[in-house]
Amino acid sequence: MVTPLVNIQGLNVAFNGVPVLRGVDLTLEKGEAVGLVGESGSGKSVTWLAALGLLPRHASVSGSVRLDGREILGAPAGELDRVRGGRVAMIFQDPASALNPVLTIRKQLCEALALHRDLSGEAVKAEARQLLDLVGIPDAARRLEAYPHEFSGGQVQRIMIAMALAGNPDLLVADEPTTALDATIQAQILELLSSVRREMGMAMVLISHDLGVVAENCDRVAVMYAGRIVERAPANQLFADPVHPYAQGLIGALPPLDGPRRRLTAIPGTVPDPARMPSGCAFAPRCALAAEPCGLAVPSLAPIANDRVVACIRAEASRRALLGIAAE
Amino acid sequence: MSGPLVEVSSISRSYAMRSGMFGHSTAVHAVDGVSLTIPKGETLGLVGESGSGKSTTGRIVLGIEPPDRGEVRFDGKPMAAPGTAAWRAQRARMQMIFQDPLGALDRRLPVATQIREPLDVHGLGTPAEREERVRELLRAVELTPAHGARYPGALSGGQRQRIVLARALATKPDFLVCDEPVSALDVSIQAQVVNLLCDLQAQLGLTLLFISHDLRVVRQISNVVAVMYLGRIVEIGSADDLFARPEHPYTQALVSASPAPGRRSAGRIVLAGDPPDPAARPQGCAFHPRCPRAIARCASEVPALTAVGGNRQVACHLATGPRAETRDAA
Ligand SMILES: Nc1ncnc2c1ncn2[C@@H]1O[C@H](COP(=O)(O)OP(=O)(O)O)[C@@H](O)[C@H]1O
Ligand SMILES: Nc1ncnc2c1ncn2[C@@H]1O[C@H](COP(=O)(O)OP(=O)(O)O)[C@@H](O)[C@H]1O
Ligand code: SF4
Ligand code: SF4
Ligand SMILES: [Mg+2]
Ligand SMILES: [Mg+2]
Repeated sequence: MVTPLVNIQGLNVAFNGVPVLRGVDLTLEKGEAVGLVGESGSGKSVTWLAALGLLPRHASVSGSVRLDGREILGAPAGELDRVRGGRVAMIFQDPASALNPVLTIRKQLCEALALHRDLSGEAVKAEARQLLDLVGIPDAARRLEAYPHEFSGGQVQRIMIAMALAGNPDLLVADEPTTALDATIQAQILELLSSVRREMGMAMVLISHDLGVVAENCDRVAVMYAGRIVERAPANQLFADPVHPYAQGLIGALPPLDGPRRRLTAIPGTVPDPARMPSGCAFAPRCALAAEPCGLAVPSLAPIANDRVVACIRAEASRRALLGIAAE
Repeated sequence: MSGPLVEVSSISRSYAMRSGMFGHSTAVHAVDGVSLTIPKGETLGLVGESGSGKSTTGRIVLGIEPPDRGEVRFDGKPMAAPGTAAWRAQRARMQMIFQDPLGALDRRLPVATQIREPLDVHGLGTPAEREERVRELLRAVELTPAHGARYPGALSGGQRQRIVLARALATKPDFLVCDEPVSALDVSIQAQVVNLLCDLQAQLGLTLLFISHDLRVVRQISNVVAVMYLGRIVEIGSADDLFARPEHPYTQALVSASPAPGRRSAGRIVLAGDPPDPAARPQGCAFHPRCPRAIARCASEVPALTAVGGNRQVACHLATGPRAETRDAA
């Protein structure tokens, strides 16, 4: 078997003794795009912050995160520094906060390039201009001398992508990269991400609360609920035929853009408080299919088809219920 | 259906904005010649990107802010001058809900007290009747008296938005302006609030102006949808087919930019450039610098909103109306 690019196994995170990640398993092959969806607070960001050693000290982290087979969880600070921004880069929803407002874009790009690539002097400047060109900032040579506030929100996100590409990463973790942007700008950024990914053969983790964004831009999708992955599937299959009742609920809650309008199937209730997690399946209090055994033990991820896993003891029943609806 | 409850005729509003290093004052045309009609009991949806003038339109329709030009009529009568008794009577029949329920609520008061507030202010009913009305309102938004006893901080985002809705309904308004009411909520909670709004509208015969940048949510709740771009309506038509068959190049780009499960991004229209600055609105069709179909005329001549058949109106030089019957038959 080929070693996956990233292999996360049994990742646990607790803040002040309150568990918020409860055994996350996720692998990522070289060059592939994996989406992470789920309601806010489900642990999407914490998964990657923990994997990259970016959580504050009061977080306790356990489990295993391997990059090319090499354990990086708990690795020495120097090694993690080389991983971050080098082999793995991250971009966030709020790019402005990740840039230094008092330094020109050239200065910040050159710093990132000097740190991660063996370049110096004129070569750094030329590369910085090329990166800015690559992410579609017009008039790159002149714009290098500008400060972050002189760019629009969409352009700042392009600059963040340029910074992320400076280390020539194998993996880009994009955490809600377009959530703060308008629809037409979101489309531009997503297109940019997929074109640089193709060009550089880079893998991507796309974290988003927007199912459509993930569906369109990812090969595989993992659905998170209350600190666990509850379903993992190829993107087209997940959206055509979700099996976990929570995944079904998320898709049913999305209003259609065309075709007949139907009443939305809202998921009742709210996500549980991490400090008061129900016993057994965390989704049970909101689940229409919940039965007595659901409260007994936390269902583990089990295969239901090639490349598909679901954490629901009634996966079969839920699948039948879905087919029943589809047959109507 | 009975006549219109809200009639907006050619309203415009601009703001002075200081810009540039010499502090020049430029005019931002937030809303420019917008006309809308909302029949009683129906919902008009307003979509567009940020800065397109949706919230300004909402404030003018509510009479919170007067237009520079144009007129708003409510139930057949012009909006009364702010501060007058007639204005207060009209305003009691209109309410609004915003995106941020936490900002709209007082963190130091139990939420039931805040639902009762408009009843106290308008002196509606005896204290006992007010208490009963609060319980009734909590039930209407599918919450319990126990929720009413809590402070805003102890409720989830979706529950807070229900409280804001309950308070808005306290005075039994006829008209509700909802400005991005579910934009901050997770999709499953968004669906709860959208369903609730639809149910309450059907029960109470409410008329709604529903503002959002989210095409899906707007379509779900609206009878008619208007698309705004830089202060003007560029397309308006029935919610059922506007997004299925958009006519205006901007609406087409918006629909194309709206990600859909089960579709890969191939064939997407990706507009070049940033959304323009409202303080520097392009001449002619304001969309022309980004429009993939622009012709010479677009740079100089403003396209008028024109009927193209059905109940669709489009502001584009390339839209030729009325539509051929073949499309209606399809
Ligand atoms: N630094 C932190 N300290 C304490 N709790 C945190 C911290 N960061 C995240 N959490 C908690 O961890 C859980 C998961 O958060 P997060 O991963 O940010 O969710 P998502 O990205 O899915 O919205 C939430 O309950 C959140 O409140
Ligand atoms: N009170 C105000 N003062 C100055 N400019 C304003 C004011 N309100 C809105 N604007 C400007 O008017 C334009 C339209 O704003 P708005 O109606 O809030 O748009 P939307 O709700 O569609 O995002 C924007 O450029 C905004 O900056
Ligand atoms: S395990 Fe039970 S409660 Fe959990 S999702 Fe499956 S059916 Fe629902
Ligand atoms: S009028 Fe011209 S620029 Fe404007 S939308 Fe139509 S074709 Fe495009
Ligand atoms: Mg997050
Ligand atoms: Mg607004």
